[in-house]
Amino acid sequence: MKLSRQEYQKLYEKASPPSPSYKNVLMAFVVGGLLCVLGQGFRTLYQKAGLSEQGVAAAVAISMVAVGVVLTALGIYDKIAKRAGAGTLVPITGFANSVASPALEFKTEGMVLGTCVRMFTIAGPVLVLGISASVLYGLILVALGG
Amino acid sequence: MEYLRAFLVGGAICALSQVLIDRTRLTPARILSSYVIIGLVLTALGLYQPLVDFGGAGATVPLFGFGYSMAKGVEAAVAQYGWTGAFTGGIAATAGGVAAAVGLSLVMSFFFQSRDPS
Repeated sequence: MKLSRQEYQKLYEKASPPSPSYKNVLMAFVVGGLLCVLGQGFRTLYQKAGLSEQGVAAAVAISMVAVGVVLTALGIYDKIAKRAGAGTLVPITGFANSVASPALEFKTEGMVLGTCVRMFTIAGPVLVLGISASVLYGLILVALGG
Repeated sequence: MEYLRAFLVGGAICALSQVLIDRTRLTPARILSSYVIIGLVLTALGLYQPLVDFGGAGATVPLFGFGYSMAKGVEAAVAQYGWTGAFTGGIAATAGGVAAAVGLSLVMSFFFQSRDPS
């Protein structure tokens, strides 16, 4: 079967129905918003417990990550993620999911080469670029006499 | 009230990200790493702090907040320790979340199988 580019494009569009974009965006808004409300709950809790500002930030991050990892291990996070898209990807629970998910999935390839290596499939670039940018920013501050 | 603001700010960031994903088909790794850098740059320029003051966890829980923490950590560490702070501040400020993700994931991998092989 020979197809021109335009014919192929038509077939392609027919085969892949348009994603219900407005619905995706609404789901992302609601789920992402709710995860932030949960984070705000942790924040208020740790502030009332008398933690320092840095302590609160770390405690909220640890708590949210714990929620993300546990929900991933129970298979719940990925079910929500299928419908919530960016709502589950962008919050820090999504970072936790990006570490936990391959850690479980690739355990069959061994603890070191499976779990430990694959854990950083997504977290690796995030850390490499984030850390490098933070060092660069720090050196700029030093150069400016910070 | 602070919960409503967290919901609106966090929700808006996630909704905008969904539009970005639908329009550009950026991969999750690209989105997450660019968000960390964008958060860091916005904080360095003094543009992200107002959003954190307004939205609380709505601004710190999305991955921009990871870059925000790194920038704040570097600023504090450079002020306190000088040039070594440029190297220690970013990781130190985000160590809690990263260590929790890595450590807990390892422990979970001992007890759980992947539920969704897709």
